[in-house]
Amino acid sequence: MAGVPIYYFLTLSAILFALGVAGFLFRRNIITVFMSIELMLNAVNLSFITFSYYLKKNDGHIFAFFVMVVAAAEAAVGLAIILTVFKNRQTLNIDEVDSLKN
Amino acid sequence: MDLILFGVFAIIAVVCGINVVVQSHPISSAISLVGVMGSLAVLYLLLGAEFIAAAQVIVYAGAIMVLFVFVIMLLNAGAESRKGRSLMVQLLGVPLLITLFGLLAYFVQRMYSPEASVHFGGFRGGTAEEIGHALFTTYLLPFEVTSILILIAILGAVVLARKEMD
Repeated sequence: MAGVPIYYFLTLSAILFALGVAGFLFRRNIITVFMSIELMLNAVNLSFITFSYYLKKNDGHIFAFFVMVVAAAEAAVGLAIILTVFKNRQTLNIDEVDSLKN
Repeated sequence: MDLILFGVFAIIAVVCGINVVVQSHPISSAISLVGVMGSLAVLYLLLGAEFIAAAQVIVYAGAIMVLFVFVIMLLNAGAESRKGRSLMVQLLGVPLLITLFGLLAYFVQRMYSPEASVHFGGFRGGTAEEIGHALFTTYLLPFEVTSILILIAILGAVVLARKEMD
């Protein structure tokens, strides 16, 4: 019985990462940009777990665990920042938040 | 069997991932992202990562996405407008992305032969027992530092989001 080749998983990870990059670059809504970052983190986690399987060690799982912890902390702080930005400017469009540009 | 399982959930993940990017309303993107995370949890199980699969569902699909949905509803975020993006992004964005993905996929396929394959149950080091043992012996210091990171994040979130008091 044939298994799934390792590079299928890594290619899926590459697809999800590229989609995350696309969302990060093309979307203008700050919340969607944030969700694209989460998508990229998930894609990298899949790579970690796959390499962990390939090497038959569980160190990759620990790394994925730490990525999750950092993602949780980042989501909490980031969403608080989004709330503050919205409270001060009444907009979620990242093109309108450009005080540092000029 | 493994290939069918992988195929079904990989397709769900990719379709939901595309949906995250193309939906104009943030709440649709959030629901699609939950779909991506759920199907990734199944793939983690296929790779023998039981603990991470459970943590994926609980932490990501549960906690983080609920936080996102709360914020979307709190801010009453509507669909975004399509106008006002720069010409360079429109012209170069998609070709550059396809190049990025093509390079990644090419090198990945060159590096790993098809003989290196995944079978369900081929790796049993991902149980909660094994992960817990590694966390509390080899990775004890990073684990403890993580708790401080979480504490700082909680404080930061509370300070940022509270109402200004005189």
